This record gives sequence, C-alpha cells and structure tokens, in this order.
Amino acid sequence: MSGILTYALHYEGAFNKNSLGAVSEGAKLAKEIGGEAAAVVVGGDDLTDELCASLGNYGATKVYRVKGPEGLGAPVVDAMAKIIGDDGYSYALFGGGLLGFEIGAGLTARLGAGVTMEVTAVKAQGGKLIAERPILQDSAIVDVDYVGEPGIIIGRLNAFDTVESGGGAAEVVDVEVSFEEHSSRAVMVQRGEQRGADVNIEDADILVAGGRGLGKAEGFELCESLAGALGGAVAATRAVVDAGWYPYAAQIGQTGKTVAPKLYLAAGISGAIQHKVGMQASENIVAINKDANAPIFEFCDLGIVGDLNAIMPKLTEAVKAKKGG
Amino acid sequence: MKICVLVKEVPDAAVEKRIDPGSKRLDRSGEKNLNPFDTHAIEAAMQLKEGGAVSVEEIVAVTMGPESAFRALHKAVSLGADRSVHLTDDALAGSDVAATGYALAKVLEQESPDLVLLGQQSDDGECYTIGAVVADHLKMPSLTQVIKMDVEGDKLRCERQAEYGYDTVALSLPAVISVGDAINEPRYPSLKAIMGAKKKPLDTKATGDVGIDVGQVGETGSRTAVLAINPPPAKEAGEIIEDEDTNETVEKIVNWLDERKLLA
Amino acid sequence: MASANGNGKVAPAAFPPPVDSPDEFIKRGLDPEDEIIEIGVAIVGGGTAGLACANRLLQLLADDPETLESLGEVPVAVIEKAKTCGGHNLSGAVVRPEPLERLFPDLSREDWRKEGFAFGEVDKEAVYMTPTAKQSLRIPTPPPFKNHGNEVISVAALARYQQRIAEENGAYLLTETAATQLIVEDGKVVGVRSGDKGRGKDGEPLGNFEPGTDIKAKATVLAEGCWGHLTGPAIREFDLGEGREPQTWELGVKEVWKVAKPLDRLIHTIGPWPVSTSKKYGQVGGTWIYPMKDEKTGDDLVSIGFVIDLDYADATTSAHDLLQTFKTHPLVKKILEGGERVGWGAKALPGGGYWSMPKLSMPGAVLVGDAGGMVDTVALKGVHHSINSGILAAEAIYASLKSGSSDFSSYEQAIEQSVTGKELWEVRNTRQPFSKGFFVGGPLVNFFIATKGKLPVRLPWHRQDERPMFIGKTSKKYPKPDGKYIFDKLSSVFITGNATRDDAPNHIRVQQNVPREVAETWKWMCPAGVYEIPDDAPETGNVDVIVNYTNCVQCGAITAKGGRLTTPEGGDGPLYQNT
Repeated sequence: MSGILTYALHYEGAFNKNSLGAVSEGAKLAKEIGGEAAAVVVGGDDLTDELCASLGNYGATKVYRVKGPEGLGAPVVDAMAKIIGDDGYSYALFGGGLLGFEIGAGLTARLGAGVTMEVTAVKAQGGKLIAERPILQDSAIVDVDYVGEPGIIIGRLNAFDTVESGGGAAEVVDVEVSFEEHSSRAVMVQRGEQRGADVNIEDADILVAGGRGLGKAEGFELCESLAGALGGAVAATRAVVDAGWYPYAAQIGQTGKTVAPKLYLAAGISGAIQHKVGMQASENIVAINKDANAPIFEFCDLGIVGDLNAIMPKLTEAVKAKKGG
Repeated sequence: MKICVLVKEVPDAAVEKRIDPGSKRLDRSGEKNLNPFDTHAIEAAMQLKEGGAVSVEEIVAVTMGPESAFRALHKAVSLGADRSVHLTDDALAGSDVAATGYALAKVLEQESPDLVLLGQQSDDGECYTIGAVVADHLKMPSLTQVIKMDVEGDKLRCERQAEYGYDTVALSLPAVISVGDAINEPRYPSLKAIMGAKKKPLDTKATGDVGIDVGQVGETGSRTAVLAINPPPAKEAGEIIEDEDTNETVEKIVNWLDERKLLA
Repeated sequence: MASANGNGKVAPAAFPPPVDSPDEFIKRGLDPEDEIIEIGVAIVGGGTAGLACANRLLQLLADDPETLESLGEVPVAVIEKAKTCGGHNLSGAVVRPEPLERLFPDLSREDWRKEGFAFGEVDKEAVYMTPTAKQSLRIPTPPPFKNHGNEVISVAALARYQQRIAEENGAYLLTETAATQLIVEDGKVVGVRSGDKGRGKDGEPLGNFEPGTDIKAKATVLAEGCWGHLTGPAIREFDLGEGREPQTWELGVKEVWKVAKPLDRLIHTIGPWPVSTSKKYGQVGGTWIYPMKDEKTGDDLVSIGFVIDLDYADATTSAHDLLQTFKTHPLVKKILEGGERVGWGAKALPGGGYWSMPKLSMPGAVLVGDAGGMVDTVALKGVHHSINSGILAAEAIYASLKSGSSDFSSYEQAIEQSVTGKELWEVRNTRQPFSKGFFVGGPLVNFFIATKGKLPVRLPWHRQDERPMFIGKTSKKYPKPDGKYIFDKLSSVFITGNATRDDAPNHIRVQQNVPREVAETWKWMCPAGVYEIPDDAPETGNVDVIVNYTNCVQCGAITAKGGRLTTPEGGDGPLYQNT
C-alpha cells in the first residue's frame, strides 16, 4: 500500500479551506514518502469535472468522485473504505472541522485502523508518517506512530497550510459506492443555516477582545469598529461580561470559550491567567494596555503600552486605509 | 424507547494533569469526576423521558473504566438513569479511542438500545469522536455536537453547528448522538437521588461477558504508538512599543500586521 | 491608593454584615416525613475532625450490629461542601502522631507516607528570628516549637484518605453538599438542612433549581472547621459561649513548592520581620517552612506559610503579600530558588485557645475540631486535637445512642481529661500577651510558656472586628509579582482549581458602602482578591465595595473582620490537593 487519500469537503461550488489545507499537506507528504496524493469528494451534480480537477492546483493527482449525500459523515466513510480497500492507501488525511472528525473516526472503526486527532503537524520519517498532536491543553506535544496500515490522521482546525503548488488538473475518477444501510438513515434537512444573533467567535480568524481597561460598556464600540476594519469578530473577558458590557457568548477564558485565531488583539485586558488559557494558542497576539506591568505583555507578540482610547480609533482608520488602498 | 447513555470518569478539571513517564499515557490517578459533558447527555435523556413525545422505558448508564468508575455511574444514576453497566477488565487498560469505541459497542450490542447518547468530548482524552466509532460498529447513523434534539415520530430531528452554519439532520432510530454542552442545562441531583444511587442495579461486566476480542483492545490492541512527548515550541519574546506619538505607533502596528499577512 | 495616614480610625464592627443569624441559619422544625431523609449520625464537614469521627463511629458500629441496625439504612453520613473531602482543607502541618495512630492502629508511619498524606518524620528543626529583611538569627528551640518525632502531613490529602476509608466502611459521603441550616425542635438539634442548588446571582431560582432537603439525625456533629456556618448560630442558640472569651482568628496563607534540593530541617520563624513591631500596627505573625518528601511521585516538596493574627490595625495588612515578602528573605530564597510553586491556599484558624472554646455539646449535637476552637496557636498545633476530638465525640455519641439517649455531654469531660484538654489548658494564656506588641508581649508570652499554665490567671481576648482600623504603611514593603517567584492573588486563586460558577449566588455578606478604612482592610486582607475598591472611588469618606465573590477560596477571614462568609453552593470553591 502507499499514497495518501484526503477528504475534500465542498459547499456551494467551493472547497472548504481546511480541506484544501489537508490536500496540500497530503501532496507534500506523498512526495516525501512516495505514492499518490489523491482526494475523495462526495456530493451531487455541483461536483463538476472542473471543480474536482481543480484540486490538482493543491497537489492532488487523482480525485475520486462519488455521488452521494453532502455534509454527512457515514456515506464518506463507506466511500473511503471502498477506495482504500480497492486501490490501497497508507494514510487517510482530514483537515480540521466537524466532518473530518466524524468521518475519520468512523473510518477508524470500519478498517480497524490507528487514528490520531487534533494533529498539528505531520512529519515523514523512514518512509512513514509521524503525527504530532498536543495534549493536556497544549502543555505537551506527542509524536504518534501507526501500527499497520492505513493510518488515519485528523488535523486540528487550521493546522495545515493551503499551498497552491501549481500542479495541472487532477484526474477525476467516478466511483460507484454501495452505501451501508445505516448511511442513508441520516438525512440532511437543512444545511448551512446562518443565525445572526449568535456570536460565533470560535471560527473567527481575527478577534478584537475587550476587557476592563475599556472603562465602560460603550468602550466596545472601539472594538467593534476595529474588528469591522480587520474583518474579524469581537470577544470579551469575564470581568466585562459580568459587568454586563458584552454577551456571554463572546466570553473567552477559563469559563468561556477557547480560541486560536490568526490574530488576537486584546484591548484593555490585563492577561490574567484565567483569560490567557482561553486564547494563548492564538497565532499572533497583540495587546494594548496602559499598564506596562500587565501580565499580557509577557506572552504577547506585539505589546503597546498606551491609551487604547487614543490608539484604537486611529488604528481602525489606518487599517481601513491600508486595506482599501 | 430504551436509551443508553455512555459516561466516563475523567480527572477533575482542577487537578493538574500529567503524563505518566512510564506508560507515556495520561496519569489517571487523582481526583476523578463524571465527565461534565456527559451530564448534558443524561439531561437530554431525562428531557426526552419527561417531555412526553415518546415513551422512554429505561435509561441505562454505561461506562468502561477501572474499578473506581462506578462513581461516575452512581452520579449518572443520581441524575436520573435507572440502572448502570460497568465494563471493567484489566485487558482494557491503555485502550485508545478506537479500542474503547469497539469495546463499548460490544456492551451496547447486548443492551440493544434505540438511542445512544454521550457527551461530545471528555476532558482528558481530547479526542471528540468516540460516538462516531461506536456508531460505525453498531451500524447506526450518528451525529456529533448536537445542540438541539427533538423526537418526531420514529425520527430524531437534530441541529448542530457544522462548517457552514447550522445543519438540521433527521435520523431514523436507532442512532448515536453526541451532545454539545449548549443543548441543555443539567439538573442538580436531589439529595434523595444521590443517596438512593447505591441501591440501583449496577451490572459489572468483563470482556468475556460481551464477546470482546482482547486482541483488539488495551495496550496490545492499540494501532498507534506514542514515540515521544515533547514540550510545546517555545514562543519568542514579543516586541513592546511605548506609545508616545500615536500616529507613529499606529503606523508601526499596521506594518507589523501587514508583514504577517493579517490585513489580507 | 491608600488615603492619608491617620485619617480616622474606624472599626469594621460598626458596619455589621446584612445577616440575620438565628432566622437564616436555624430552621425550627422538620418538613413532613415523606420529604425528609432520616439517618443515624450526621457529620457536617468532611475534614480532619469530621472524618475521624465518622471512621471511629464506623469502627465501633462494626462490632455492634444491633446498634448499627438501630441507626437505619444510613447509619453515618458526612456532609461536605467541597467537591471532595480535602478540597477545602489546609494546614501547615506538623502533627503529633498519637491520635492518628490511635485511630488507625494497623497503619505504620511508613503506610501513611505510601498513602500519600504524610511526608516524613521530623528530625532536624530550627527556629529563627528575622530581625530584618536580610538577617536571620537562629535561637534555641522554644518548647512549643519542639517537633522532633512529629510527622509532616497534608490535611487535604489526609481527608481524601479518610474519605476513602469511611466510604469503604459504609459511610455515605455527600460531597458537593452544603449544610445551610441547623434544624432545632423543642430545644434540641434534630438534624441539618442541605443547601439549594441552581440559584442565580441574586438568589433567584434558575432553570435547574433543586431545593435542599431536611436531614433528620439522631446525632449531629458540627465539624465545619474554623467558625463554621452553623457553628456560630448553634453557639448563639444554645448559649455555648457563655462565660467564655470571644473567639479570635488568625489567617494563614500557604504555598507548596517543588524544590531542587530537599530541605533538611523543619523551620519556624517568629519575626519580627516581615511584620511591624509597632504596637499601633498590632501585627502578630510568624512563618513555617516544612520539608515534604512525596513518596508517590518521589518529588521533594516544601510547605511554606505565613500566619497572622487578624487583630491587626493597619488596613493594608495582607497575609498573602506578607508571605510573598517573607519569600524575599535570603533564608527562604536559598530553599525555594530554582523550584516551582505547585500549590497555594489560605485558611483562617481559631486563635483564642482554651478560654475562647465554646461549650462543646448541646442537646442532640457536639462540636469537634476547629469548630470547637481546639487549636494551640503558639505551637501551631490543631490537627491532632481535631482527630482526638473526632474520636472522643464518636465514642460519646456511640455510648449515648446505644443507651437510647441523645445527651452527649460526656464528650465534654472526655475532652477535658484528654491530651487536648490538658495541652490547651497549659497554653491558655500564651497568645494573649502578643497584643501588647512584639517587645513587651514577647517576653510575657515566654513567661506564660515557661510557667506551663500553672498560674491561675485568665487573660482576656476582645472581638477582632471591634479593633479600629487605620491606613498604614505595611503595603509599601510588598514585592511586585513576577509570576515565577512572587505571585499575585489572581494567579494564586487560579491554581487552587477554584471552580465557582460565574452566576452562583453571592455567599459573602458585607455592607457594600463603608468607610475607606474598612474597605481597604477587606481588600488587603482577602487572600483571593474578592474585595475591590473602584478606581474612581473618593479618597476619603465612604466607598462602594465590589465583591468578586467567585474568587473566594472560603478561608473565612472576612467573618473575623466585619463580614460574614455564609454557606456557598456545594461543589464550589477550591480543590486543594496537597495543602
């Protein structure tokens, strides 16, 4: 067996960002250990030849196309089990996201395989793949090896970079899959409904978070303007949520949500550890606080000691200008 | 309807978690508690029972764990389960998520439930997927991260937040549902229920009792091996700017963000 | 932030907390029979004393099936508000071994260490004076500090062990359960009521509200620890404090460190640094540093703590910060540097000694352990008294119940005649002279220690919340936190595993608009940073106090200085592991 089979989720004519990351990663790893980098897509008529072949841009050389329901895990488990059984792949790879977890886990059961989830990096060693995953709330990283084949790798959200390697169109192969009886017992009634009132901060790439240093509830207007300019969402600390300045759904920290956005900008937040544990995995942490001794300055990437009331409005304007111009 | 709720005893969130240097697995000694997410699953079962849309004859709490795990079952019973099943066997020690899912599925096969509920994750394993493993073994449809669940005839109508927004999915029973903590607010057990928990039936089962192939479980049955445990990558110290000329400061910030492609 | 010096002296007692003691905490009469739970012996508090009582009772009942059966389906139940027994327990602790050996005769000291609650027998010991921040002067070990042969233990770990034994022997451990009311019928204690769960910030019932339940018991043991929630009302209801001195309290803040090289001796320091020697400041305090060898993990640990009498007058006195200050002394740096802090906690303890002990029994109930004030605060010894009193209470209750009576007054005599009564009698006047300041009081204390209690004198105490407070200079010496060696309060609370629900009801009662001196007293005193004064509050006059009650680690100090810690929702608060 050899090669890496990756699942690519799609919706409304476009592939999921994390899936593209996984495809890119699969392509990179296949080069290192040998074998084909292939992808599997499951869906309806919107899976055109062109769309499927475009995965070649990200390094896939072959795309298996299966006609089946979209957005559900079990049919994909059936499909991938068949393909791995027929064509032999050493690894199945998934990008972050709910379905990746469900499918990867179902496939693990189906094939009696080894599985690692929340993987943050994969490395090639002696012709095999080693998966790295954090444990104990990111306080340690374990290296995991697989016994036998295939090995199932389920990535953490945003773990794999999307890389357009400029490969040509991938070969699209249609596969007939006879689904298990239970795979048709889950039926999608409505997919992808947007709900306005909910504050979803966990998926945001950019968060502007406000704390006590804002001074008053109205201080959140500064956060909202800046978040708007940056294209992000607004989050809050427990202190201000308790004070009623912002909704609980936006709370980050020990008793709120855990986030790991690309950019976390903390305004008027001291960085006490109860807050830190909720956001320390953020890729880039910027802090604005007037107290030079605030703990947040110990672990931020860029710290500005100053008055947020003076800085934030100007920053908002400058960001708009940079993006617009 | 018969509901089985899968529960797990996990180290208390307040206890510092550590890896046992010998086995390279989580050191599970120390304070333990019923996995908080599982309390939502039990509550969901109770709400189905009390809701009246369907007749629930029995709620059975099931766990796989060492001897001490009976406490998690007592807690589950005090929250409303009618009886419990404790799968415990030395052969199961060191089982990973795949082995655990397989073992639990074998217990559930015997129980033959209409609905299997569990919490979407456990504080210790950080795997988030055991429901899907169990479901595939049982050949049942499943969903994870469900935050709303209603019975409609012989189907379960579930909502969950997926990659693109909220999905509504209808499942035909029997099914396996992992519930998110947003689905409900678990009740507190009454003192009478807590004290009465010891008296409810608790069946202890070993691998042989439910037909588990020991070659597929435990340390030996694991299909993954931990090679090393390393500290996380050290973070470089950050840059600190003291704001004197705000225009200048803001320019520096924008450049910094731009360099890191955060203004795309 | 402190206002100008000498700006008025105000006593917290002038601003009593909004608490209606008898009505709130005493329930007159039981609910109807089908709604209550009936048990044999109810033990309120799963700490050292409560569990010793439970275990001794179970030992006696194991040999007496008839009496066991007469106690019904639930012969012994322990009601503990923490998540698990030990979660709210904290002490130094260096313990005289005999009562524990008596309780578990089949265990050796080595067994104690294997079980994980004991950390070594005391061999070398030293007592130091610390005249300044840099100097230390070893002095010959005064008698109260002689610990050779005693054992360093963790009461949090001991409670966990005792809980397991009690459960194995048939006790019902009702953890995460608070006892909020004492149930009194016809002048007798007939049980306790468990606390409600699922109330919101303002006490309103939430969606998952579950009311408490009346627990009817043939005997009730109040083992709540330092100034327990039901103990105070019981003392008032049954006049148990009559003819005695008022109770006084001390506050201890402790850290546990993993150290690179093992500490070779037991250390106590008696100051004066870091406290002030001025009589005006009224600061009386000392420290301990104990070596701990953890046999389960092989780690070398150190327990370090600072204890201060809560009778001080400078509002900026902070036990937590004084502990951090103490750590800057070279004597301590030598021991801790290169190590890692692995635990922190705080707890109040009763300091009045013999004269302040309440009457220990009332119809239907008894007081054990710290609840009964059985602590020798010169020697810092109370754990063995807790165990001893638990054992004696069990024996008295067993004897009475066996004969069908609920008069447990034989327990009081048993205490008097035991090592507890004798030791506390001997040191009954040894702490009071400290109120005269270090230089005058010190020698007087020594005098009373030397005369071994033979002088027929009774030295009084006064209520600590009556002491007028002023804003002084103690806070100026506190070192800045660096997160590695010197720690702030919030990160300290974090490592206790404090899991109080964000919308839990407020269990702290204080008047919220008080003079600045009182507000500052609470702010500095509280080791968990519960009390805050808004930045824009006026410098003089009255200020509003913000109460961040979810930080509370339930040490109990506020009750001594003008507020009241009432029963929180069960399951909240810290989860001490090795304190």
